[in-house]
Amino acid sequence: MEISNLPISPSIRSKLLSKGYTSLSSLSSISPSFLAQELSVKLEEAVEVLRAVSDTTTSKSAHTPNGIIPGAVTAWDMLSEEQMQRHISTGCEDLDAILGGGIHCKEVTEVGGVPGIGKTQLGIQLAVNVQIPVEYGGLGGKAVYIDTEGSFMAERAYQIAEGCIYDILDKFPSNSREFLSCKERLQVNNFLAGIFYFRICSYTEQIAVINYLENFLTEHGDVKLVIIDSVTFHFRQDFDDLAQRTRVLGGLSLRLMKLSKMFNLAVVLLNQVTTKFTDGSFQLTLALGDSWSHSCTNRIILHWNGNERCAYIEKSPSVPSASAPYLVTGKGIRGINSNFKRARIM
Amino acid sequence: MANKLISQMGLPPSLSHVFSARNILTAKDALSLPETDLMALLDIDIALVRSAVASISEATCPPFQTGLALLEEKMKSGGHLSTLLPGLDNALCGGIPFGALTELVGPSGIGKTQFCLKLALLAALPECYGGLNGRVIYIDTESKFSSRRMIEIGEGSFPQIFRLQGLAQKMAGRIIVTRPTSISEFNDSLQQMKLTLLQNEVKLLIVDSIVALVCWDNEKGTISSRQSPLRGSLSFLKSIAEFSRVPVVVTNQVRSHSSDDTFHYIFKGHRKDTSNSERSESHLTAALGIQWAHAVTIRLIFEAHSGHRFIKVAKSPISPPVAFPFVVESSGITLLNQEGISVAGSEINAIRCKGCNILTQ
Repeated sequence: MEISNLPISPSIRSKLLSKGYTSLSSLSSISPSFLAQELSVKLEEAVEVLRAVSDTTTSKSAHTPNGIIPGAVTAWDMLSEEQMQRHISTGCEDLDAILGGGIHCKEVTEVGGVPGIGKTQLGIQLAVNVQIPVEYGGLGGKAVYIDTEGSFMAERAYQIAEGCIYDILDKFPSNSREFLSCKERLQVNNFLAGIFYFRICSYTEQIAVINYLENFLTEHGDVKLVIIDSVTFHFRQDFDDLAQRTRVLGGLSLRLMKLSKMFNLAVVLLNQVTTKFTDGSFQLTLALGDSWSHSCTNRIILHWNGNERCAYIEKSPSVPSASAPYLVTGKGIRGINSNFKRARIM
Repeated sequence: MANKLISQMGLPPSLSHVFSARNILTAKDALSLPETDLMALLDIDIALVRSAVASISEATCPPFQTGLALLEEKMKSGGHLSTLLPGLDNALCGGIPFGALTELVGPSGIGKTQFCLKLALLAALPECYGGLNGRVIYIDTESKFSSRRMIEIGEGSFPQIFRLQGLAQKMAGRIIVTRPTSISEFNDSLQQMKLTLLQNEVKLLIVDSIVALVCWDNEKGTISSRQSPLRGSLSFLKSIAEFSRVPVVVTNQVRSHSSDDTFHYIFKGHRKDTSNSERSESHLTAALGIQWAHAVTIRLIFEAHSGHRFIKVAKSPISPPVAFPFVVESSGITLLNQEGISVAGSEINAIRCKGCNILTQ
């Protein structure tokens, strides 16, 4: 690494270069006071520069358990970790099956589709399902719901939570002591209280909330799911400079990926569709461009197949591309083989 | 929140001076740039940039609420404008929701403006009669507002109220009609509205119709075809709705749509859609494109086929897909069937207009 790549301010960097310090080794044996005098900067700034230098040099030669690169883990360790991961159920068994159990933690999943297909429904369903207690096969965590369009309806979340609890009690009718204690926790109000809702009105606020999430998640350690509904809306309305938009979005996606790994949670981004001119005709594709399509780990497209709603896994590193039909019922997202009552009307 | 000044965020003074020296005054300016650009621009090191961005983000981020608090708030403040059509109110869990954008789309002459007139009346009525007891702002871009028709609807639906002396005048006095003639006028009136909505107790905002503004501006020819000219107004409308918790109702038109244009995903390949052959003659689609379709919260499609007119709940976060047959009478729109007919599959998004054209009968 050369001086030009050090994370220091440009004016100090230009001073270093003008004084002839072009490589890190030239700075390795200089005392701070000498450097301060040479560059005519304050002592504290010289100390900072030398600290930046030592950080980069020591990290290269640090002795790590794996001996090669600091912070890396072997694939074998990762395997046992992956096998222990729990997944967030989507409510539809077929969809869970093709996803390999459900939505994965430590990964960013993008879900896109035409208006009215059920993206917000899936988002609310996941926010409820992540709170299913561990004893019943869920994660027992809370959810952060970042709403950019105003489509989150608290009454619908109530209906979906009710439906979820009803199905759990149906599936686990046991009255043993251990189940009794967490049965008390299965209250609709508890599920609603476990959804942290942010209403975002501009892309600036969207960037701000994603930056702020790191502090928030440190405080609320039991959050296991972050949903952004939808990640596209503000970026399509107000951004004029498309190149800058791509850079900002790239920064956002990196930060989200880092959050998901650091706090061991799942990030689900809901996206809109647009038309793209390929092969001589307009085709439907997810919005925000080609660069954005690389930034998510998994990609699910919700579409109409005749008269059925279908979810198609377009991109995933661990499961093959497959399609599964699903239904949007009064109780939430369900598979086509499950029994469901007619849509309840409040 | 985006325009919050950095100088008021409580950053250490040296930092905020650096920001203002480079003309980065609001949160929007600071957060639109990647961190490395900021570091180069402000001439400070990366750790300082990161902590500054973190503080700015924390200050700009809106406060959070739990889902439970949201529900309780909605229960307290009502949250819906009842349309007095029981079937539709049931499907929408109470009526037209506050704080969201509801779209009415359908071919011309089907009854969208009639629906809007009735809604305007309902919002102006006192609460004892089921209204919101507030003012209504009606933005009429096609000169379709007829006060005579509205009084007629009022007398038909609430005969006992309207016979009372002076009530008709009071109700009509609460409905404010404005007729902008260009997008800039429309935007100006929206800007002013943001301040006065709360002060003047406006309880409903109707835009009839939003498409006419787009047609006018197209004459200028300066708008690129890929970006909607209504971008700014759209998000502004939504934020007004959110901010002041009023229902916003927007009317949209239809365009014809040949079956060749049906869009498919790339992974589905080019399959011939044979089921569309019978619909190709009257295949219509909502104007303003797919971006607008994503942006509205609730979409009610008005259509006509098999001799009846239907209101379909095409897009709504809380309703199942149902269609209600209706007629337009002297007292406004009445539903013929309060239960609604369940519509399966993507039929719910189709707009048909068979049997409306007298020339083909």
